[in-house]
Amino acid sequence: MTYAKELIAPRPAPKVERRPLTAARIVGMAILALWVLLAIALVGMVIDGWDQQKFLRYGPRYLSGLWTTISLVGLAIILGAVLSLPIAFARMSKNRVANAIAYGYVYVFRSTPLLAQLFLVYYGLGSFRPQLEAVGLWWFFREAWYCGLFSLTLNTAAYQAEILRGAIESVPHGQHEGAAALGLQKWVAFRKIILPQALIVALRPYGNEIILMIKGSAVVAIVTVYDLMGETRYAFSRTFDYQAYLWAAIFYLAIVETLRHIWAALENRLTRHLKR
Amino acid sequence: MSGFFSALTTALDPLCGPVGIFSLLGSDTLVACGDTGWGDEIAFGVKVTITLALATLPVGLVIGFLIALAAQSEEKLLRLAAGIYTTIFRGLPELLTLFIVYYGLQILIQSVLASFGIEQRIEINAFFAGMAALAVVFSSYSSEVLLSAFRAIPRGQYEAGDALGLRRSRTMVLVILPQLIRIALPGLGNLWMILLKDTSYVSIIGLADILRQTGIAARVSKEAFFFYTLACLLYLALALISSVGLGFVERWTRKSGARR
Repeated sequence: MTYAKELIAPRPAPKVERRPLTAARIVGMAILALWVLLAIALVGMVIDGWDQQKFLRYGPRYLSGLWTTISLVGLAIILGAVLSLPIAFARMSKNRVANAIAYGYVYVFRSTPLLAQLFLVYYGLGSFRPQLEAVGLWWFFREAWYCGLFSLTLNTAAYQAEILRGAIESVPHGQHEGAAALGLQKWVAFRKIILPQALIVALRPYGNEIILMIKGSAVVAIVTVYDLMGETRYAFSRTFDYQAYLWAAIFYLAIVETLRHIWAALENRLTRHLKR
Repeated sequence: MSGFFSALTTALDPLCGPVGIFSLLGSDTLVACGDTGWGDEIAFGVKVTITLALATLPVGLVIGFLIALAAQSEEKLLRLAAGIYTTIFRGLPELLTLFIVYYGLQILIQSVLASFGIEQRIEINAFFAGMAALAVVFSSYSSEVLLSAFRAIPRGQYEAGDALGLRRSRTMVLVILPQLIRIALPGLGNLWMILLKDTSYVSIIGLADILRQTGIAARVSKEAFFFYTLACLLYLALALISSVGLGFVERWTRKSGARR
């Protein structure tokens, strides 16, 4: 029987190798340093130009602008979701005419700028004042806020219809056949089998669409709606203080990042049965 | 020779040429070319929009490619720096980015000049400001598209390049880039459409693009509905043309791909 008579003497720990200073590392440091410098410059600018009076005067206006943006986008998303249902179903139907109309709607609203659509609604429809007064719709198209809501809704309905259609069509055909084999009615099968699977696919695009709408809603400031962007432009035109735009940037970044994280958590929660 | 080309482009001008739409509509309409109508002003706006989008595209693509390279490097600092860039510029509204660039550059240049003792009001070119803002936004989106395309290329391709004795840069140009373009093309096509629409924002800082020219025409002639519909139709036409063009490019890149 053999056994070790001598234990291996304890040895020093292996040397920690220093990471070499590669070109990538230097560039990374340089760019990060640039970011830090920029951040310091911006913070310095805010501290340097701090004005209690301006803060008290424009702070509440910013908050009311924030509320306008959020309520505008929230309403537009909900109304757009309602409007997108018939469009999406028309787009999937076998009826040629309905399909063509829905396709035309989606194509037109997705390939023209939101700003042009907004001008068309606000200034274009606004020029039909006598006719609109005769129909009793003038109160709606007179207000910039309603016009903004209207064009945002039409715009997001086109995008949401495409999201919904893509999601429903991504559910495999076998699911429809399986439901039919179980003797389920079409509507029950759609509600209980197709839609839950489709909405999981649609979850991420819907989140992106909400973020796009929040960013896109800034254009309503051009037609005199005092949303977050509108208040920013107001404050800048009064004070000529560049900080106005920085504060708006902070607000928008905060909204978008919060939404992004909420959405990631939501997706994580709703797809937990799909993970292994 | 250049005279011939300019004559050719005038003859084939789809809006105000001899066979242009605005010319065919007649000289007594609102969109007539010349002093009586708004046709030539709007045609100029179309040119500005197309030029701006075409000038932004290569700048945005190059910056986006560099950001994508940084975002997939092994160096943590570089990844962090690229992440900050994309987070900021994908989170800000395009309109706000435009204002920040437009006014920020003016203030920056003025303060630099002031430190040299030159007190002067500087107004920077709206075209340049628009191009810078749109390029920044386009690059942060295109970096994400390119990054996912990079991830779709298997490691074996890099290893094969090494095995053939190609240098890293040669591998990138000869092996990776052709596949990258093919994978990223649909995403980049979408971004091009978005860029084309985003150019409308520069009308707010005073650049004479489609929307600004039609807006002026609408205000002067009081025919707002007609002119804004025309603006939408022009954007629609641009989108149609570019989707046909993108279809060509896509077929062309697919032709060079290996059959599997």
